[in-house]
Amino acid sequence: MTIDIKSLTIIQALEGMRNKKFTAVDLVQGCLANINKYNDDYHVLLTVVDEAVLLTKAKEIDKTDYSLPLSGIPIVLKDLFSTDGLRTTAGSKVLENYTPVYDATVVTKLKAAGAIIIGKANQDAWGHGSSGENTDYKPTKNPFDPSRVPGGSSSGSAVAVSLGMALAGTGTDTGSSVRLPAAFCNLVGLKPTYGRVSRYGIIAMASSFDTIGHITKTVSDNALMLEITAGKDPYDATTSHCPVAKYTQLLSSTPKSITVGIPKEYMIEGIDKKIQKSFEETLSTLTKLGFQMKEVSLPHTNDAMACYYILVPSEVSSNLARYDGVRYGNSRQSFGSEAKRRIMTGTYALSAGYYDAFYQTATKVRSLVKQDFENAFRNVDVIVAPSSPSLPFKIGEKADDPVKMYLSDVFMCPVNIAGVPSLNVPAGFVVGLPVGIQFIGPQWSEEKLFAIGAVYEHTNKIRPVSQSDQ
Amino acid sequence: MKQSSLTSNDIDHISTLAHLFLTDDEKSLFAIQLSAILDFISKLQKVSTTNIEPTSQITGLQNVFREDEIDTSRMLSQKQALANAPATYKGYFQVKAIFGE
Amino acid sequence: MNYEPIIGLEVHVELATKSKMFCGCPADHFGRQPNTVTCPVCLGLPGALPVPNKKAIEWAILLGLALRCTVQEKSKFDRKNYFYPDLPKGYQISQYDQPLATGGWLELSNNPIIQSSNNPIKKKIRIRRVHLEEDTGKLQHAVVNGTDVSLVDFNRSGVPLVEIVTEPDFSTVEEVDQYVKKIQQIIRYLGISGADMEKGSMRIEPSVSLRELKTQSSKFKTLTQNNKTKKLPQYRVEIKNINSFKFARRAIEYEIERQTEMLQKGVQPLQQTRGFVESKGITVAQREKEEANDYRYFPEPDIPPMKWEQSTIHNLQLTIPELPDTKTERFMRDYQLSEYDATILVETRERAQYFEDAMKQATSDKRQGLTAKTIANWIINKKVDVDNISSAQLIDQIAQSMQTSSMSEGELEKIIKVVLAQNPKAVEDYRKGKEQALMFLIGHVMRETKGKCSAEDAKKLIIDIMNGKNS
Repeated sequence: MTIDIKSLTIIQALEGMRNKKFTAVDLVQGCLANINKYNDDYHVLLTVVDEAVLLTKAKEIDKTDYSLPLSGIPIVLKDLFSTDGLRTTAGSKVLENYTPVYDATVVTKLKAAGAIIIGKANQDAWGHGSSGENTDYKPTKNPFDPSRVPGGSSSGSAVAVSLGMALAGTGTDTGSSVRLPAAFCNLVGLKPTYGRVSRYGIIAMASSFDTIGHITKTVSDNALMLEITAGKDPYDATTSHCPVAKYTQLLSSTPKSITVGIPKEYMIEGIDKKIQKSFEETLSTLTKLGFQMKEVSLPHTNDAMACYYILVPSEVSSNLARYDGVRYGNSRQSFGSEAKRRIMTGTYALSAGYYDAFYQTATKVRSLVKQDFENAFRNVDVIVAPSSPSLPFKIGEKADDPVKMYLSDVFMCPVNIAGVPSLNVPAGFVVGLPVGIQFIGPQWSEEKLFAIGAVYEHTNKIRPVSQSDQ
Repeated sequence: MKQSSLTSNDIDHISTLAHLFLTDDEKSLFAIQLSAILDFISKLQKVSTTNIEPTSQITGLQNVFREDEIDTSRMLSQKQALANAPATYKGYFQVKAIFGE
Repeated sequence: MNYEPIIGLEVHVELATKSKMFCGCPADHFGRQPNTVTCPVCLGLPGALPVPNKKAIEWAILLGLALRCTVQEKSKFDRKNYFYPDLPKGYQISQYDQPLATGGWLELSNNPIIQSSNNPIKKKIRIRRVHLEEDTGKLQHAVVNGTDVSLVDFNRSGVPLVEIVTEPDFSTVEEVDQYVKKIQQIIRYLGISGADMEKGSMRIEPSVSLRELKTQSSKFKTLTQNNKTKKLPQYRVEIKNINSFKFARRAIEYEIERQTEMLQKGVQPLQQTRGFVESKGITVAQREKEEANDYRYFPEPDIPPMKWEQSTIHNLQLTIPELPDTKTERFMRDYQLSEYDATILVETRERAQYFEDAMKQATSDKRQGLTAKTIANWIINKKVDVDNISSAQLIDQIAQSMQTSSMSEGELEKIIKVVLAQNPKAVEDYRKGKEQALMFLIGHVMRETKGKCSAEDAKKLIIDIMNGKNS
């Protein structure tokens, strides 16, 4: 039976298999068909698992009663997730021929839940970028307009879901990288609280910022993915004991009145007029849903960026030091220019940094940014913000508007500095291109974000699938 | 650090520390781009941080340990350990000779 | 122009934990095939993360407490960034500005055996810090297909290492020697490491410089307790690759000579790291491992910081056994032993325990001659094989030897002749040179006499009879 993976959700797929409407083999074949159709043009997946292997796995699942939570669900992993026996490149030429000998914790969990790993997704090399253009391989294209960027760095993960190559894509978000591709591809993307999901086996970019998140078509799909992957890991000392809620069961538990904060520091001149209009429509929708709007202030927003640009490159430069070509990988000559730039920047910041207490100042400013959010959340339940000040831009178009560049960082990065969760939900289309909205909450409030996201999602009309299908 | 921009010597020093071998073009480019860090540093210096504790762990976790137990489940065989190495010799990783040891 | 040596010491100790510092691989790597004791963490594979070993941290704190350090309430790990093939992550997880313990001291041994005879003052060496870090892999040189290469083995990578750093308080090689032996003794008392230089579980790195002596007077003693007020030399030389106490002495002596020669020529020695060459007994300049010494330390983001409650530290303190100095004093006081005797008995915990076990049995034993002095003497001078007999057996042997005879020689001779006749094989064995045969015969005779003769007398007579001196 041919299934249209592009319009199927995980929940529907599980129901379909459990009600014997179709099989796991059907799902895999549907994904493979889309891979064959789109991968060469859109450069979505860097590695695809062998068809015979996939079908064998699917057949095994088909012998069960599909009781595992992700039985037979095809997923793709961002190519910085270590997969035992499956090439893992981090989007870089340095690891062009690297095959891990172990699985990341998240991979182990997904496999144990019955998921089928279809392949490894293209990305900005090492996570360095927010457009997808910084891959050392061919850049992934936006499914709604292939001349435009899909957002990054988890570019392939988002496009794979949009083009029906998988039902979910995993990613990492260090300063935008799950939320922005989700926004640019009309998908749901969660950046959870830092420490919610294990980083063990995930190729590190900036250790105190990297957060594992998932990209799916719906909020309920996303809630299910987080239920499987979240939790304390003895192999990752930065994961929290905070119990993992049954996110899927709490989706309809929105409290009666929600106060939504709008940060005044974000609402400055420079946002694309069409985005501004879309954002106002979202606020209007939220008001109609009974949410109260309130202005909040995040006074250290500007300082947050200085803090981000000291701390992140510093950690990056250190995390990329292990790629010395001794035990694995090509030599450091194979680093792309963006990676080299970040390594140089970080090395310089640390060299000038700790001795002169700049690093410490940056970590103090980090405390201030965290406090900003904590203070705001005393007065509001969630904060809402656009996911991007502009629409997906053309591939190769150099960003020349400093205000737009600043704003795109501002909408995304402070969340990573404060370690708080943020959920991107599709907010509609503008001139045929997707726009996303972010719901930001206090630490460990993922269930609240999912509940609000679900309510908002429900009010939107059914979204059109990717342009290539129209 | 009161300089307004980085010299070519500075870039050489940093690239040596970073074990990166840059082309001349890259060196010139980075000299300009790295100077931007100085702007961020000076911005930070203007923020009032008296009596603010630095945040090293955004989760607030502390004292996370493991018991002193052997974990055989993660151990690698010699073959696995060497699996991705460009050069090996009799179970060792092989690299260019380092003298002075 | 005279110069006084200013020496500081860094001692690295591999902890004998079951598992490594940041992963569950066995810490015991000695003699294993290369790269067979690794996992993603200690091999530095992409994506791997460190989780600290609680026992290693506790043991490092114990050592800090034993060295009278203050355990810092707040402590953390930091990354020390540099490139070297034996450093898999391109950084070592160590401690920079918040080590586990600081500000301790060690009194050098008063052991007259190894102390320089003309210094009655106990010198204090200040301990600057005690911190914890992970060990690197091992690099060795080889020739493969005619080409010089280096070979790397990561079995040792990640083993917990405690680093003990002193202030530059040493003035002589003897002091360094005493200190290292004392540290080794304390570590073995705590049971946290074998601290064996030959096996590499204890490594030392002296820093040596020379300072002009302000006066030419030979009466001027540089062996003062407190060097704090004097200015330190502008340079110092670190010496690596020292694998025994003997080589440590030689390396330091050589370095003092080398620097003296240079200074006398008016040349200031370079600040550098030098390696000791065993075969030649000299030090040579080493190529710098890390360019320009810029380690770019920053707090390790993968490991949350540590905060210690007073009660935790107090409970750890309670687990520290009686340490050598205290035990020596107690032995002198409670058993009226000389410092010399007490020091030797206390050398290892096992021997001290053996002595005290023997003393315990002696107090309830009614036989004569079981005094502390005698027991100490027997153990120290190894009058019997103390390593292989129990303390109870020791007491027996002493008591027996102390026994005076209460029978006549004639009576004894009769008994001896009977025993010899009943045990021809033993007599033959003794004649062949087997000493145990004699012991056997003595024991037999002692039993027959029902304790009425002394072992000494029995032995003498048995030998005489066997040699045909009596009819």
